[in-house]
Parts: sequence; structure tokens; C-alpha cells
Amino acid sequence: MRRVLPFTLVSIAGFFMLIQYFIPREEFEWIYEWTLDWIIVIGCFAMLLGLYSLTYVSVNKVRRKTPGWGYNLIALAGLFFMLIVGFVPGQESLVRGSAFMHLFEYVYIPVQASMFSLLAFYIASAAYRAFRARTILATILLVSAIIIMLRLVPLGPLSSINQWLANFILTVPNMAAKRAFWIGVGLGATATALKIMLGIERTYMGRD
Amino acid sequence: MRKLKIFFFFLFLTLTFLFALNDVFAQEESEAPAPPSQVEAFDTPNDNGHSITVSWRLSADDGMGKNNVVAYEILRFDSPEGEFEVRGMAPAGAGIFEDQGAKDKKSSNFLPSHKNFYYKVRAKSDGIYSDSEVSPPAQAYGQWFHTGKSVVLVAVIIFSAFAMVFINLARKGKELFIRPLAGIEAVDEAIGRATEMGKPILYIIGLGSADMIATIASFTILSRVAKKTAEYQSDILIPCYDSVVMAVAQETVKAAYQEAGRPDMYKEENIFFLTSMQFAYVAGVNGIMLRERPATNFYLGKFYAESLILAETGSLAGSIQISGTDEIAQIPFFVAATDYTLIGEELYAASAYLGKEPVLLGTLKGQDWGKALVIISLILGALAASFHFQFFLNLFRVQL
Repeated sequence: MRRVLPFTLVSIAGFFMLIQYFIPREEFEWIYEWTLDWIIVIGCFAMLLGLYSLTYVSVNKVRRKTPGWGYNLIALAGLFFMLIVGFVPGQESLVRGSAFMHLFEYVYIPVQASMFSLLAFYIASAAYRAFRARTILATILLVSAIIIMLRLVPLGPLSSINQWLANFILTVPNMAAKRAFWIGVGLGATATALKIMLGIERTYMGRD
Repeated sequence: MRKLKIFFFFLFLTLTFLFALNDVFAQEESEAPAPPSQVEAFDTPNDNGHSITVSWRLSADDGMGKNNVVAYEILRFDSPEGEFEVRGMAPAGAGIFEDQGAKDKKSSNFLPSHKNFYYKVRAKSDGIYSDSEVSPPAQAYGQWFHTGKSVVLVAVIIFSAFAMVFINLARKGKELFIRPLAGIEAVDEAIGRATEMGKPILYIIGLGSADMIATIASFTILSRVAKKTAEYQSDILIPCYDSVVMAVAQETVKAAYQEAGRPDMYKEENIFFLTSMQFAYVAGVNGIMLRERPATNFYLGKFYAESLILAETGSLAGSIQISGTDEIAQIPFFVAATDYTLIGEELYAASAYLGKEPVLLGTLKGQDWGKALVIISLILGALAASFHFQFFLNLFRVQL
């Protein structure tokens, strides 16, 4: 019984969103935008929950000295250091040249870029595994990949043939597979929405 | 000498003639173009009630006649007489203009609904112009149904009908066959492995917010997985990227543990917020993988560039990995780096597969019939396009 109200709210909100898609009237636009504003407001308050969670988990790990607690200490130090720097009195924190933005631009962004650059190495190792020609399908994948990669390389008279093959792979089999994927995703999303709106799928809230 | 006089006389005559000719042409060029005619204004269809469309018949000098129209200026006023205000321009050759106003009353561009407006169209040439007659009054008003989306509504109704029919059949006890999915069948084995090894399960919901359908699908799977971990008495770790997602995940897992009859085993600190920065989150999750060495990793939800970094690190850590996303660009990475991948719609279907409840399986069957209908429409559409049967193609046109 205690879940009747949440399910009712979910159903009403779901059906409203469905109906407003077909009604272009201003009143419906207004409610839709108001609902989106609520998502932002809830997100802001939930950020406090997130901060609490991060602090609680990290402090507990540091206190209990669980393996790797040093990382939690660094996370906590980073969190509070940035908070303090962001609230330095008399200084706008989100303007260029402020201490907060310096830390963001010269510490956080390079670190993030380093993490992102790891992707290149991971692609190489994943490609090695994926392209091993052990089955017919894997061989087709390998050959297709070689054709696609070589389309940017000058190959003399072979360039035009390779270009044609690469375009064919991208615009025919690849596009067909992508469209099939999108149609499946569209139908699946509609089915999921329908299940939730009708209260058929209620596992995410537990059961009555 | 006489010859020279005659020469100058003819030169004078020629120059006079040329100047006169030039004046005649210049006069012709600066003549005002013919005004546009049949100006009509009407409410723009399928809008929120703050737009009026104006149409007119082109000036006789647009593309023909003197051919000197360079553009049309559209003017509006709330009375047929008075100082009309310029609302916009349309290029020569165009016979329609949408006067799109703002809905915000404070905006200078505000166009109120249900108020009469009069329009005239000005054909412009080089610095000179001619105005049309003033149009009959027109009002803007919002519609109750967007006719351009009719085909979407029909598709939703048909698809919902399929789903409802199969749900009812399932409720009546009809056996429904669904294709087995390797990734789903491996879930039990993956959780069992974690129990045997005494190691936790890592469940990553991805970078999506709680309102994304992939994230919602992930919550439904999480509920099933969490119930099994409660039954098998394994730990489940869920580092979250979004604090709303974290709150929902906590409630989902808590409910699953209660349902499994093991509320005492639920640990709220295992479902925690990490960060909402993409690569900082990756670094945090990778650290957990390498320190905790989870037996099983689930990546189910919305993933972007971080997918491969996470999956490869999980692979290095020796975990069994089950992934699923509706982001097409990440599917190849997951296929290459994880043991099982749920591709697109399989992610949405996973909860029904895991629960094996007839009512949920009914929606899957409805989905299959929806796909069959799409395939038939595609074949018919290809044939219609090949034979220029435009009417059939227009049935599927959607106006947003």
C-alpha cells in the first residue's frame, strides 16, 4: 500500500509526458518546462546527498584504515580543499584567473586529459583481441577494419577502389545494422516506458 | 578645320544621346516594383499559439517583368490603419513567411494569442518599394493536437495494443517463447562465482541521469541482481556518477534485500556517490576494480568514452564482465572487452528475462510483433519509393 502513491505519481507523470508530446499548446509546454525545472532543483538537492555519501564512506574507510584508505584521504583532502578555495571571501571563484579556476584548469583538466589519453592504448589492446581472425565473423571484421582504416592512407591507384569499398561498408551494411539497432532501441524504450507507466514493471521500487 | 568641327559636332551628339539613354535606363531601374497581391495571414498550424503565417502572390516584377525585386518585407500592426512594424524579411521568390513571436509577455517580440493582427507585404527594390493591400485580420491560437505527429500516435497505439494483447495472453497462462540471451543466462553463474570466491560484485549504472531510459532499465536489472546477491549472501558495490541515481539505486537494492528476506545484509555504504566528472569517475572505479578485485562486473546503462577504459581494466582485474548499453558507439568496445554484451533493446528486455514473469514476457512478445510490423513497413516503403508511390511514403512523414 505504501507504494501506491509513488506508482500513481509515476503513472501520472508518464502519461502526462506522453500526452504533452502530441499537444503543442502553451499550457502543456509550461507544465513540461516546469517539470524539467523540478528535475534541476531535485538534482541540486541530491548533490548534497552525494556529498554526504562521499564524505561518509571516505571518512569511515580512513577511520577503519581499510586497505587503500590513503586514496580516500586524498579524495577527502581534494574535496574540502576545492570547497575552501571556491569560497574564499572577496573573490569570484568561477572567473578566469581565480585560484579555483587555476586549480581546475592546471590540475584537474590535465589529469582528466591523461585519463582520456589512456583510451588510445586500451583501444589497441581491445582491437588486438577483437581482430584475431579465429572465426569467419572475426575475419570479416578484421578485413572490414583494414579497409576502413586504409581509406585515409594514400594507396596510389588502389585508393579509389579502397575508397569505394570503405564507402560501401559504411553506407550499406554498417548503416543497415545501425538502423536496425535504432529501431530496436526505439521499440524497447517504448515497451519499457509502457511497462513502468502501467505499473507492470515495479521491481525498481520493490513489491507491494 | 571644317572636318574637325563636324567631328566635334557628332561627338557632342553621340555623348548627348548616350547620356540621355543612360538616364532612361536609370529611371527604369529606379522604378518601384509591382506590389505583391493576395496577402493572407492565418494561424500557424501545430504551434503553441504565438505565430502567424503570412502568404502572398509574388510581385509581377519578381523573376519577370522589370525583375527588380530583391526581397519582401513583412509588416504587422494590430489595426488595418496605422504605423506598421517590420516583422521580418523574405528573399525574392518566396511567397510565405512565419511571424514567430515569443510567448513571454515581457519579451519585446511577444505575440499574444487571440488578438487580431493585420499584415502587408512590401516588395523592395534598390531603395524603393511598393506595398501590398492590408490582409484580412488573423489571430494566433494554440492547437489541441499536433497533426504532424499523427503517425507517431498511430504507431504508439498499435504497439501498445500488441503489448496489451500479449500481456493478457500471458495472464491467461499461454506459454510464450522468447529467444534466450547468453548475457542474461550468465548472470546467475556470475553471481555464483562471486559467492564462491568470496569477492564482491561491482555494478556500474553508467553516466546517465535517472530520467534516461537506459538508466531506468538498469535499475530494473539491478533489482533482480541485488535480490540474487542477497540470496547468495554476496556483497554488491555500486559507485554512482549521479547523486539522484545513487538515491534510487539505494532504494532499489534495499527493496530487493527486503524481498529476499535479508534486510540485515543491506549495506547502504556499498552504494555511494563517487563524482560527477567523467574521467575522475573512471579513475575512481578503476581504483576500486584493482583494489577490491571484484569477481563480477556489470556495466549496464548509459556509457560514453569511458566504456572501454572500464571494461579493459575489469578484464585486467580478471573479473567476469557483463555489459549492456543503448549507445551504439560503445557497443563495439563492450563486445571486444567484456564476456557478454546486451545490445540495445536487450538491455531493456533483461529485467523481463531475469524475472521470467509472464506479464513482463508479454511485453517482449509485443515488442517482437512491433518489430515485425516495422520490417513489413520497411519492405512496403522500399517498394513504394521504387515505384514512386508517394502517397504511401507521405503516410510515414513526421513533422516535429
